Amino acid sequence: MKKYTYTETKDTRSGFGAGLLEAAQKNENVIGLCADLTGSLKMNAFENEFPERFFQVGISEANMMSMAAGMTIGGKIPFTGTFANFATSRVYDQVRQSIAYSNKNVKICASHAGLTLGEDGATHQVLEDIGMMKMLPGMVVINPCDYNQTKAATLAIAEYEGPVYLRFGRPKMPVFTPADQEFKIGEAVMLNEGADVTIIATGHLVWEAIEAGHILADMGIDAEIINIHTIKPLDAEAILKSAEKTGCVVTAEEHQMNGGLGDGVAQLLARKNPTPLEMVAVNDSFGESGIPALLMEKYGLTRTDIVKSVEKVIKRK
Amino acid sequence: MANIQKLEQTVSQVRRDIVRMVHANNSGHPGGSLGCTEFLVALYFEIMKHDSSFNMDGKGEDLFFLSNGHISPVFYSVLAHSGYFNVSELATFRKIDSRLQGHPTTHEGLPGVRIASGSLGQGMSVAAGAAVTKKLNDDDRIVYSLHGDGELQEGQIWEAAMYASAKKVDNLICTIDLNGQQIDGSTDEVLNMGSLEAKFLAFGFDVLIVKEGNNMTKVVAALEEAKSRTGKGKPVCILLHTEMGNGVDYMMGSHKWHGVAPNDEELAVALAQNKETLGDY
Repeated sequence: MKKYTYTETKDTRSGFGAGLLEAAQKNENVIGLCADLTGSLKMNAFENEFPERFFQVGISEANMMSMAAGMTIGGKIPFTGTFANFATSRVYDQVRQSIAYSNKNVKICASHAGLTLGEDGATHQVLEDIGMMKMLPGMVVINPCDYNQTKAATLAIAEYEGPVYLRFGRPKMPVFTPADQEFKIGEAVMLNEGADVTIIATGHLVWEAIEAGHILADMGIDAEIINIHTIKPLDAEAILKSAEKTGCVVTAEEHQMNGGLGDGVAQLLARKNPTPLEMVAVNDSFGESGIPALLMEKYGLTRTDIVKSVEKVIKRK
Repeated sequence: MANIQKLEQTVSQVRRDIVRMVHANNSGHPGGSLGCTEFLVALYFEIMKHDSSFNMDGKGEDLFFLSNGHISPVFYSVLAHSGYFNVSELATFRKIDSRLQGHPTTHEGLPGVRIASGSLGQGMSVAAGAAVTKKLNDDDRIVYSLHGDGELQEGQIWEAAMYASAKKVDNLICTIDLNGQQIDGSTDEVLNMGSLEAKFLAFGFDVLIVKEGNNMTKVVAALEEAKSRTGKGKPVCILLHTEMGNGVDYMMGSHKWHGVAPNDEELAVALAQNKETLGDY
């Protein structure tokens, strides 16, 4: 099992903030909108350096989404910032009609996704956003795993023409991917080559997958670990190749089982190469208030849950 | 000076197009379309600087956004007669493989359309966004939008109004089609909105009231007046009193013709009341 080390932990939202600032320095058409969550989204540095390109819309996310669509007309590249819940479920129709169906070059940037939002509870812990956004035709859906990858993703989507949903979060996570990485939309990252099982993880669950890999290695199980930062378009080639090699798959994500990464992988495998699959995800449930680590444990989203799923899926081979 | 007679001739042809399009596939929204014909003809043939060779960014041009997308027949007819696409394409309205979808969209690449609309309440936000981008681009042209009065029941309209006023989006002219009707009845019966003048004033708009929204002279004068009020720190709102179904006597003033197509006999009556001036498609 390949070793991944880190010297610091950082939140992925800060990676977004750093990426937005750099993207704005590179391209004068990059603009930012925020619905009263500038600090939470780490958009302050961008706002301070480019006040004339920052648009505070107040607590009106529907207006923000449709406005962003309008702002593309004339060549601007709007990045909208709010919590994942308010960037998806609250404004689904605005995103669907004004952005996706109208094919506008809007980057919907969403923080505090999932259970790791913690104490604010289920009203804010959206666990359905990946599903909603990936169902929209033409929408790219990205869920990076650490600070560096989120920063790289933010820079990459500024260069990409078309609507994008970028999902990130609040907790501090190990920063283990390279600072100078090239982020290729739709291309999976191989973290560890293995022979016995494929673990496909996204977002905060990628680090848990790596930790699970070490536990499995101690148990004599050689896990292949893939970081899927782009959920749509899904890297079908990488997944099929790995599933063919290992013969069984476990997916891991901080999202509902319905509609998430696991669903996408299951659909792909069922159609192209039926393979035993287990999913580590929230099982048709809302979250609740609590310390993020305890919530992840209660709802079955830890390295231990990944290990259990691997043991289960291997038996099904 | 505007050639009112010529504009009225165009109005007559557009009204013919509307009823023929809706009749041809037995679906669509004739009532609101007929009521807004003078407004859209004035906008595209007299008021706006626009280029029918069509570029999505529309830099250096005035832009128009139709928020109440269901009145697509009038929008399509006016775009076609303005040269955005051939009038013969109006025959494809609402048919399979057409660029003229039931509600306007960019998805099939129809020239002249810059945003999808249909789900109500989004167009004022879109228009405000486009107006802000014009300011960022040092583009001094104006952004226009049109909304139904029933559409104002959508909360997002007021989010956009609050933004446009607070942030001084003063290159924006939002027109409200006040025909007093919506699907289930009159707007007063369905959900009385009180004084829209007071509401828009309270939200910080410069408000113009046009009592005769189907009188071309009055509509052109009102739009010229609205233009002169841009650039003064406030978004502009035109409350345009129109008559649903205007120009076709049996449709006038009734919500029944919001989304119902005329039959063959009814079409003949409607066409007899509106002269063919530019040639039917």
